[in-house]
Amino acid sequence: MNSVLESSVADCNPASEPDYTPLTQLRDLQLQRLQAVVARAWRQVELFRSRMDERGLAPQQIRSLEDIGKLPFTAKSDLRDTYPFGLFASPMKDVVRLHVSSGTTGKPIVVAYTKEDLDVWTSVMVRCLAGCGLHRGDIIQVAYGYGLFTGGLGAHYGAEGLGATVVPASTGNADRQIMLMKDFGVTAISCTPTYFLHLIDRAAELGVDMKELPLRAGIFGAEPWTDSMRRHIESMSRIEAFDIYGLSEIIGPGVGCECRQHQGLHVFEDHFYPEIVDPITGEPLPDGCEGELVLTTLSKQAMPMIRYRTRDISMILPGRCECGRTLRRIGRIGRRSDDMLIIRGVNIFPSQVETALLQIEGTLPHYQIVLTREQGLDQMEVQVEVTPQMFTDKIGALQGLHDRLQEALDRVLGIRVSIALVEANTIERSEGKAKRVIDRRTL
Amino acid sequence: MKVHQISLFVENKPGHIAAPARLLAQEGVDIRALYLADTQQYGILRIIVSDWEKAARTLEAHGFVVKVTEVLAILVTDRPGGLADVLGTLDGTGINIEYMYAFSDVRGDEAILIFRFADPDAAIARLQAAGIKLMASKELLKQ
Repeated sequence: MNSVLESSVADCNPASEPDYTPLTQLRDLQLQRLQAVVARAWRQVELFRSRMDERGLAPQQIRSLEDIGKLPFTAKSDLRDTYPFGLFASPMKDVVRLHVSSGTTGKPIVVAYTKEDLDVWTSVMVRCLAGCGLHRGDIIQVAYGYGLFTGGLGAHYGAEGLGATVVPASTGNADRQIMLMKDFGVTAISCTPTYFLHLIDRAAELGVDMKELPLRAGIFGAEPWTDSMRRHIESMSRIEAFDIYGLSEIIGPGVGCECRQHQGLHVFEDHFYPEIVDPITGEPLPDGCEGELVLTTLSKQAMPMIRYRTRDISMILPGRCECGRTLRRIGRIGRRSDDMLIIRGVNIFPSQVETALLQIEGTLPHYQIVLTREQGLDQMEVQVEVTPQMFTDKIGALQGLHDRLQEALDRVLGIRVSIALVEANTIERSEGKAKRVIDRRTL
Repeated sequence: MKVHQISLFVENKPGHIAAPARLLAQEGVDIRALYLADTQQYGILRIIVSDWEKAARTLEAHGFVVKVTEVLAILVTDRPGGLADVLGTLDGTGINIEYMYAFSDVRGDEAILIFRFADPDAAIARLQAAGIKLMASKELLKQ
């Protein structure tokens, strides 16, 4: 099969048809599904019904999509407070799968799926992968964790549903991951972006040139990453890097994904309705304005989420994508409203540190932020691993690098932080989400 | 005429030089000369070893960031003014010494100094023209 034909096959993937639904038809479908999901949640979920009652709101009062703004929000704490099964809208006999999200503090949260929910999940993952130009004949390595985390199984069934060959590698054992990619001629990989960076480094140590592998696409998600990181990944390998978005509370990976235009992530709006709200007041914000992403599941059976506060900061991008999809796009998620660090009264997001570090040529994003408190004052240290590209055997040049990093960080953050150049491979590599911040502040 | 030197980035913390030293020992690589340039936070460990390729390979395989640089081994008469004579030949040439240190051995009445020049080729030409003796790797590393 020649390449032109291959790409036209991908574009014509019948699974992608809903991506191009005419707008009026899509809005009608959304309203119909919104009314159904609100009615279902009201009937089956006590917490939701009591909140509706408090507002004197009945499901029948949702008459247009704009009425969604009348509905109460759902927060992550609601999932914790009702742990384990309090928000289920289906009896356990209809629930065929449970997933658990670790959560950084306190109790985990549980999410449930009926058979239909799993089919929807697979279908949106197929649409993600098809949108990335993948199809039957591709060999896709899934290097997300398999198990309670939604990443592994979500990507797995999506890739299988696409008709691709799946290598269910899960996480860990970088050497074996690289061997599989090489020996099987893997053409696409799905994992966290930081894990892929780790694989790039490890491959170099093993003498494997990523650029000589047939790997041509990477579908990266489960943590925020930046365009500079994309450029770095793409320069170190031959892949086209795609950003995929999702969260367990909504379904898992597959809520939205970039298409080959790489101009934001299309949200699979026939199943997930996006809104952007002011993270403090909860007021809806117009397209193009940055705020907190709020999602409503339109078709979920086992565990509908109404106006779920994702804590992810994004925006709805105005205008249509050149790919022709009618689905709205959200901007890439660079930060979460709860990642914010307050250092000596200044708000700092880890993504700002990344931006500053990447401004300095040759700095790979292996870094860590360590917070301490000395004599009541917050101290922030940014530890940056010295890479072969950065290292020279002259002290003066290293000092110069240190100074350039210092300058870039001071400029971006607006406060003085200390920088430590540390030995390569000493910052712990995550197999899942990167742990960027170590907070050792004690009162 | 150039000699390969291995430079390693090390944090200025207890035990951080032991790990590479142990690795080289396991591989049977002998450290013949060593020079540590340090700041409060980190340092650069520069070594000349019996087998630089093996040393670089071993250290890299264990995740160390390694730089191989070319330095010159210059024989300097071991008497007052020996070093000044060598340096004198560079006066006015614009040839810049990045750093220098002494090799552990002394050959007869001659000491061996290791020089890192910004432009080693220009330095070789100038030093040889002035009759200064340089040592090749093979000769330098002979036990």
